[in-house]
Amino acid sequence: MSREHGKGMSLIVKTITRLTVGLILLYGIYILSHGHISPGGGFAGGVIVALSFVHLMLAYGKDVALSKLPKGVTTFFESMGAILFLSIALLGFLTGYFFLNFLSKGKPFTLFSGGIIPLCNIAISLKVGAGLFAIFVALVLLKFDTEKKE
Amino acid sequence: MLDLHLLLIAMILGAIIAIEVKDLLSSVVALGAVGLILSIVFLILKAPDVAITQLVVEILALIILIRATLNKDLPFSTSGRWLLNTSITVCFIIVLLFVGYKCLQDLPKFGYPIMRVAETYLKEGLPKTGAVNIVASVILDYRAFDTLGEATVLFTAVIGVMAVVRRIGRKKENEEVEEED
Repeated sequence: MSREHGKGMSLIVKTITRLTVGLILLYGIYILSHGHISPGGGFAGGVIVALSFVHLMLAYGKDVALSKLPKGVTTFFESMGAILFLSIALLGFLTGYFFLNFLSKGKPFTLFSGGIIPLCNIAISLKVGAGLFAIFVALVLLKFDTEKKE
Repeated sequence: MLDLHLLLIAMILGAIIAIEVKDLLSSVVALGAVGLILSIVFLILKAPDVAITQLVVEILALIILIRATLNKDLPFSTSGRWLLNTSITVCFIIVLLFVGYKCLQDLPKFGYPIMRVAETYLKEGLPKTGAVNIVASVILDYRAFDTLGEATVLFTAVIGVMAVVRRIGRKKENEEVEEED
């Protein structure tokens, strides 16, 4: 029994979580990176990435999840996603107007196609995933505090 | 169309159960069932992007709601003003049904939109943006300004939540309460 087995849910939940949480994270990254080819996109992919960390937090307690993704890193990623999205939009001014698709379109049905759309997907997924995880952490910590007080 | 109507009826039943049941956790679970059926409805209406987004956001919202309502009995008052509440509800339902019926008369038939812009997107979306998924080409190229506004809304929401439930302000308040006690 390692240090991680102290808090959180039972051993069964922890084992299943250890086996599945990486797959959930990979699936989120797949959804967000293939947003311009298949259904999905930045928003859904970001939420799935956030859900993988939420899964970790529910099973192992807040200490393990926050050691994998500390609160400062979450806030950094959230702000960085917003800035990235806005800077992609502003880069369009180099050759034309706001949100101009200035990159080459590429060959359809391949991963590197669609100009700025995959980059925008990545920026939005960073923003959405980090933001929703930050909201979840804030609410859960509030709940822990009120439980302790009572 | 029959399966769609059955799913809609199931959604209405789930919503009624979520309102009427006494236990908070059961209510949240019934709400989750409504969201799950809604994502299946989106899938039947051939909108897989919206279905995926609805499903994952529903799961996240459900987890937050369950974490927030577990082991907690909120007071639930049903006494008093029974007649007033019921009459107001019935009035609103009648007005809503009447106005909705009048409005739906003017709508075009399902699948035959008035606006031509969607047709243009379908025709020119792939050659102009290079994205195979038309939804991605609309929300991140043609209508990217809307997405920027939505991202701003989410950013503001996160800042608001972090400001309301932050630790520093609450700790001071707790200390004051303990001192008073």
